[in-house]
Amino acid sequence: MWVWLHRFGSPKYFYNVSGRILPWVGGVTALLILAGLYLGLFASPADYQQRDSVRIMYIHVPSAWNSMFIYLLMAAAAAIGLIWNIKIADIVAAVSAPIGASFTFITLVTGSLWGKPMWGTWWEWDARLTSELILLFLYLGYIALQSAFEDRRTAARASAVLAIVGAINVPIIYYSVQWWNTLHQPQSLGMGTSAIHPSMLWPLFLMAIGFKLLYVVILLIRTRAEVLERERNSAWVQELVQDMTGKPASDVARSNHEQR
Amino acid sequence: MNSAEFFHMGGYALYVWGSYGITFVVLTLNVVLALGYEREVLRGLLRTAQRNRSRA
Repeated sequence: MWVWLHRFGSPKYFYNVSGRILPWVGGVTALLILAGLYLGLFASPADYQQRDSVRIMYIHVPSAWNSMFIYLLMAAAAAIGLIWNIKIADIVAAVSAPIGASFTFITLVTGSLWGKPMWGTWWEWDARLTSELILLFLYLGYIALQSAFEDRRTAARASAVLAIVGAINVPIIYYSVQWWNTLHQPQSLGMGTSAIHPSMLWPLFLMAIGFKLLYVVILLIRTRAEVLERERNSAWVQELVQDMTGKPASDVARSNHEQR
Repeated sequence: MNSAEFFHMGGYALYVWGSYGITFVVLTLNVVLALGYEREVLRGLLRTAQRNRSRA
């Protein structure tokens, strides 16, 4: 495990392996999301109370899960970078922030578009909604802090502290519907228990896995690019560029995805 | 279900399609910007390599 972690921490090894798996992950992601969309928009029934507005759930809930999952992963990567000084971990943390912010934004907007017809309001200072909004600000603060420093090590260290401290917000979001009895409904899914019919559970499940993998796809593309950028003077990147020269840059970008 | 009914979403068209539309735009933008950044980095590397070669 440690040997494997150490090898994966090597930028060159990461670049080669991630390049090989990226097309497969991308393909599976597309299939899962398309299947989820089909089931969610066509094949699943309308809810007996919420009718067709329930279809917003298939993007709202997976986005909300992602917004929390990505934050925890970002904080963990930042902590690993802070403690063991692993470059890849710093990069993973840095590039995760805008992706996580995107999913948080989607969660808030789709929640608002769902809340208007169901609750009669776009926004309420409910515990769940407020803590999710704070999550968006944590992401934005992290991004701002990253770009505030010229030196990458300093930026990584300072923003890592913010990411780790801010992680306390994630359990608050998660348990907010149990701790405070407010507008947002409690969760319908638990370990082995579900209050949702399979015809609605399947699209939710497919979209949730699809969104998770979509995060992995965007993360890998960005991390690979960032690895090249930061390692530009190293021998292996020089070698890679040697192999590419002679071809126009646009072809290189494409063949890079196909071959590796 | 015919297509008019499908797009009507039982009267919730604005909310349902608005949600899916915004989600699509934000996620597509994420992928497109990531690919654009990758291409930009590769172009930068190639330009530097070519400059170094012509200098040598």
